[in-house]
Amino acid sequence: MSAPPQLASLSRPALRARLAGEGLCLRLPPFVVRIRSPIPVVAEGLATLYAAHELLPSPADEQFADFHVAVLPRWRGVKRVCVFQMDGTQPFTPLAVGEAFALLEWGMNWCVTSHSHRLLIIHSAVLEKLGHVVILPAPPGSGKSTLCAALMLRGWRLLSDEMALLDPETGRVVPSPRPVSLKNRSIDVIRQFDPTVVMGPVAHDTLKGTVAHLRVSPRSLSESAVTAPPAWVVFPQYEAGAGLQVSERPRAQALVALAANSFNHHVHGRAGFDALAQVVERSDCYNLHYSDLPAALDWFDALKVPGA
Amino acid sequence: MSLPPMTLLFQALREPQGLPLLAPGDWDLLIRQARSADLLACIAERSSKAGVWHALLPAAREHLISARQLAQRQHVELRHEIRHIERALAPLGVPVVLLKGAAYVAQGNAAAPGRMVADVDILVPRERLASVESALMMAGWVSTNRDAYDQRYYRQWMHEIPPLRHIERGTVLDLHHAILPPTGRFRPDPALLLAAVEPLPGEPTLCVLSLTDQVLHSAAHLFHEGELAMGLRGLVDLDALLRDNAQRPDGWDKLLARAHALDLQWPLFQALRYTQMMLSTPVPERLAQALAPRLPRWRLRWLDALYLRALRPVHASLDDTWTPAARFLVYLRSHWMRMPPGLLAQHLLRKLLSARRVDPSPP
Repeated sequence: MSAPPQLASLSRPALRARLAGEGLCLRLPPFVVRIRSPIPVVAEGLATLYAAHELLPSPADEQFADFHVAVLPRWRGVKRVCVFQMDGTQPFTPLAVGEAFALLEWGMNWCVTSHSHRLLIIHSAVLEKLGHVVILPAPPGSGKSTLCAALMLRGWRLLSDEMALLDPETGRVVPSPRPVSLKNRSIDVIRQFDPTVVMGPVAHDTLKGTVAHLRVSPRSLSESAVTAPPAWVVFPQYEAGAGLQVSERPRAQALVALAANSFNHHVHGRAGFDALAQVVERSDCYNLHYSDLPAALDWFDALKVPGA
Repeated sequence: MSLPPMTLLFQALREPQGLPLLAPGDWDLLIRQARSADLLACIAERSSKAGVWHALLPAAREHLISARQLAQRQHVELRHEIRHIERALAPLGVPVVLLKGAAYVAQGNAAAPGRMVADVDILVPRERLASVESALMMAGWVSTNRDAYDQRYYRQWMHEIPPLRHIERGTVLDLHHAILPPTGRFRPDPALLLAAVEPLPGEPTLCVLSLTDQVLHSAAHLFHEGELAMGLRGLVDLDALLRDNAQRPDGWDKLLARAHALDLQWPLFQALRYTQMMLSTPVPERLAQALAPRLPRWRLRWLDALYLRALRPVHASLDDTWTPAARFLVYLRSHWMRMPPGLLAQHLLRKLLSARRVDPSPP
């Protein structure tokens, strides 16, 4: 069997034409998304960051897509803005047109968190080694994305940088490997950490500051069908100048924090609570304060699977 | 100006046993249309009941599961909310009647499976409105609307007070004292409705309208509504209630008699006409004849042109060139039905002026 075609097989003009016309159909595991946008920065971001993702045949009458999304330019007075649409509905206020690619990424996250309630979704990064995953739930500014990017570049397999998709029936996390979103200083930190990284368009002065996305590692994408059970829940906190400090986090507190970071556990009611309780019961839970990235990565690399 | 077919939604709602034969491209369109109609969970329940659940396209089924999960959660939260309402109002000894979605779900009737329901609607006798409102306020429900004009508009001319929101749970409660505005063309007597309510099993102070009255209220509500984005869902409710009613002894005759008693023949005529046209609801010919208004044929055709468009879900694949105009005219018509012309002109002028005062850019 020949390998399925990748987005990279499409020439830049063909990609732009498809985005501006019938839409580009991509497999973004575990979903299929049809994307339309005539905005050049969107084509550029997709070509750079999704080059190795599977390209699906594009006629709409043959393919099932989970989400039909579009990022379209609009005039707002004299200002050029862009809007995100899912199948004609517009969940957000417009952003400056330069942020079109970032808006597409945020919009696709919204599609998943608002329409995939079979899965329990936790706002966190998820990475795997030795067949087990670490869940990194954390508010913005905790250094979660920086850690996540660096762990992936160290060889951990990325399942997601934004949301753990927990299957409540199996207790395993479903991979959803998409570009890692980096903000402000962490963009340079990661560029210094590995000068060979591939990053997409940089959007300046967004609501979240400067934003750029990092392409996922080849293994993260090629193993996107491989689910894995959680073994560690780590709450990172970046603190300038602090030495590495790790403390165990009581499981009850970890559970409360997981629930607070979950987008939809209430939709599952009791079953949702039980599924989160299972996660902390089977995992070692830690608080991690760090400032030195390599020291933190060494600590992650030394993690042992509980009970193994 | 021909409308695109709505066969996929029709099939999913009426003949779900055929769903396993759909091609991926058909599923793609069906899931999107059903999502915009808020009918995904309903289709999930119906395909499950038809025994074809496991034969559905797995990727599409994920979306049905997601919606069903949400609907089930809403039903749990609704029962919880109803318990709170009962607790707040029990001391008053007032009959509290659940309406619409809340009633269907609490009662578990034919329209309940997969029905999405976010708000609770209740009906109380008008003369007890003040005591009900203050009891609700003591229990944490406060008005969402602080605009003096809107408050006066609702209280003088509407059949409900401005929506109440619970300060802790954020849940919304619509408190009605009638089912249509007292200024409107039709004025069903709320006392007749209240006299025929049925108790809700296990909930001593709560009741629901009788089945015929549920049909008539649903019809009156849908065909006085100006904003029909959820129009098809309203028809699906009506279709389920009508089929249930048809099973009962003398169901159709009782419905007809009740429509006369409540002055709701016209909304019932429309409900039967469009459920029949869009969902193939079986309606006896004699009923359609008994209700048929003395209208010139062109007026009826004109009405069909409006409603067959406006009742569709808001989705580009279901529109034609005339859909936006049809939706706008239905909006105007709904106001026309609710108020006499002088009052309407005054109200629309007021709304126009206040809309201009508001800064159009969002925060």
